[in-house]
Amino acid sequence: MMPSDHLTTYLMIGAFMLFVGLFGMIRHRTLIGMLICVELILAGAGVNFMAFNYFVAPDPAVGQAFTLFILGIAAAEAAIVISLVIAIHRRFHSVDPQAINELRG
Amino acid sequence: MTLYRFLAEGMFLGFIVLIVFGGMLTVWSRLLMHAVLGLAVVFIGVAGLFFHLGSPFMAMMQVLIYVGAVCVMLVFGIMVGHSPTETDQLRWSGNNFLLASGTCIAGFILLSATLIRTHWTAAAERVGDYSMQHLGHAFLHQFVLAFELISVVLLIAILGAIIIARPPQETDPS
Repeated sequence: MMPSDHLTTYLMIGAFMLFVGLFGMIRHRTLIGMLICVELILAGAGVNFMAFNYFVAPDPAVGQAFTLFILGIAAAEAAIVISLVIAIHRRFHSVDPQAINELRG
Repeated sequence: MTLYRFLAEGMFLGFIVLIVFGGMLTVWSRLLMHAVLGLAVVFIGVAGLFFHLGSPFMAMMQVLIYVGAVCVMLVFGIMVGHSPTETDQLRWSGNNFLLASGTCIAGFILLSATLIRTHWTAAAERVGDYSMQHLGHAFLHQFVLAFELISVVLLIAILGAIIIARPPQETDPS
């Protein structure tokens, strides 16, 4: 049995991407850097779905459909967050989360 | 065990190395441009894993959407937001670095131990195959509502992004 025949290999890759993304979200100090790490976590979720789809699911179309939906949600989320970052940069002239601490009603 | 099987296995290990290397580059790079580059490398590795999981269609979509669209959009965001050579400098104070890395490493080890000890049972019988025909049939029969909803979500996201990013209109006092 080779490593690519085991479900555990793929799940561990997914777990690695989750925790690397989590660490990166703590480490990066700009909104865009945090968005990059969220994309990493979402890609790890996609790996998990495809692995379960290949090894345990009864119908192979289900996991692929779910992964495609994750792809669509990730693209929409990236578009929204980048437009928010542009709006925040226009108002505060900074994308540092520490500097954005002022609410104006 | 043929030669092709060994070649495929070597490529699988190569994709894992790509993912680990790209993930480290994403986290440790001081320039945001390098972080996006690492993200693209991770996505290419994930696309290779999708090939091994029997779905060339998903691999192509991964390269097309993530590497082709999301990464380019992130680069645009970096160029608009601040200077691309500006460092994403970290300001760890005290034991924060130890806390963050310790939590992530401990979480990874715990999750891996759970994964290794779990026994997954495959479904008793399989229906369908990995053909595009079967996937398209599933999209337009089983998942037709979700398929339509995701297009509505994308449309609303694009409209919302345009409205949020638009400069504020000068209101006419009269």
